[in-house]
Amino acid sequence: MKTREEALSRLGASVGVEFGVNGVRRRVGVEGRVTLLDWLRDELGLTGVKKGCDQGACGACTVLVDGKRVVACLMLVAQCDGREVTTVEGVAGVGEAGAVQDAFVRHDAFQCGYCTPGQIMSAIALIGEGRAGTREEIAEFMSGNLCRCGAYPRIRDAIVDAAGGEVG
Amino acid sequence: MGPFTYVRAVDPVEAVGVVSADPGAAFLAGGTTQLDLMKDGVLSPEKLVDITRLPLRGIARTGTTIRVGALTTMEELAADPTVAVRVPFVREALLAGASVQLRNMATIGGNLLQRARCRYFRDPSVAACNKRERGSGCAAIDGVQRMHAILGTSPHCVALHASDVAVPLIALDALVHTRGTDGTRTVPLTGFYLPPGDTPDVENVLRRGELITAVEIPLPAERTRTHYLKVRDRASYEFALTSAAVAVELDGTTITGARVALGGVGTVPWRAWDAEDVLRGATVGRDAFREAAEVTLAGARPLPGTAFKVELAKRTLIRALETVTGAP
Repeated sequence: MKTREEALSRLGASVGVEFGVNGVRRRVGVEGRVTLLDWLRDELGLTGVKKGCDQGACGACTVLVDGKRVVACLMLVAQCDGREVTTVEGVAGVGEAGAVQDAFVRHDAFQCGYCTPGQIMSAIALIGEGRAGTREEIAEFMSGNLCRCGAYPRIRDAIVDAAGGEVG
Repeated sequence: MGPFTYVRAVDPVEAVGVVSADPGAAFLAGGTTQLDLMKDGVLSPEKLVDITRLPLRGIARTGTTIRVGALTTMEELAADPTVAVRVPFVREALLAGASVQLRNMATIGGNLLQRARCRYFRDPSVAACNKRERGSGCAAIDGVQRMHAILGTSPHCVALHASDVAVPLIALDALVHTRGTDGTRTVPLTGFYLPPGDTPDVENVLRRGELITAVEIPLPAERTRTHYLKVRDRASYEFALTSAAVAVELDGTTITGARVALGGVGTVPWRAWDAEDVLRGATVGRDAFREAAEVTLAGARPLPGTAFKVELAKRTLIRALETVTGAP
């Protein structure tokens, strides 16, 4: 291990991290134990990233890291060095909505809305993965995003629509 | 999560050296188990050595085996064309384990080392857990029992090994490549895990600071058919109540080769050697499948809350064998 790095990162000390968030380059010093979820919310005010279970079970904190969907609650900011992070705030211009967001509105694909940003980020990744072909496929590959209001049928409708399919 | 020193490892030898020399240090890979248990207060390392930048990623086919770098994610391994064609039950087990988000983070090395899901192990407010602290007792045996193991248990621990992909991997005689302070070694997965006995805190043969560098998957004969069947409380994104990984070779209706392992039932991923002996040379059909299931569960020691798993595990194995052989 490099002694310089070790010295920089003593117990509770700051770790240097350089990474992108929604297209903006960030150079920060952050304590090793800070999760990406807490940092995005508390330091950048990106409160679209929701804290649900905080243990990787609910998917409310889903963001994209280098284009892949992950849960931000089980990732340290320190692990994001050199990566590009995308949150729901970064999928469209300010005041605009992306295609998946539009589809969620059109299909009323939420009730309380708490899980919605995570659902949208997961759905964007799902479509990119080519896994939005059928309702069954969508159900399986969206199963990491829980909706305690039970809006699943409309969430699936919105995803089918956004992916260019026929909403039955 | 308590404070810790974060170190980004740049070289496997140095990473192994740091963790080997420091009883308060641990490796950090995908983080899906490690950080979760740190938040719960079950683990509290003083130093985390982030190994995710080490060159231990990627899948290489070499003749009759696939060598999978330890940091390869579950999603990456599931997407591998050779895996999909030659050992589809490995892909099935990967896709049946966790959500896409977790599969994008979790590594194959970390998956093999995942800790028990036992709720008593994961709750430090419960004092009695021999896996957390040797000799403290086991609250699980008299607690809520539904998700516990029925094979390989001891009076000191009944915690289940919850990995899905380890089940087909152990059926295939996968090899675990490691690096320790003494250099590299290779351990067969069938000898990697240790049943709890009276030391449930010791879960495998790895020494302190020894790092999994790769998992090697031997490819079975091309005509081998495989299947992974997982039975759970909901259709997706749930741990197994029972599961079965089967790989068979057929000559007409005669089974000429069989590899069988069970999940959801063992304190370690459970290789069903006796079932393989029954199946080899047998005729495809319910009689042989039932006998294979009976011999596998003959040693089961269920608790009242896990009694249902005995018959469920048998039927899971029978169904998996019916599916893979196309039996009527």
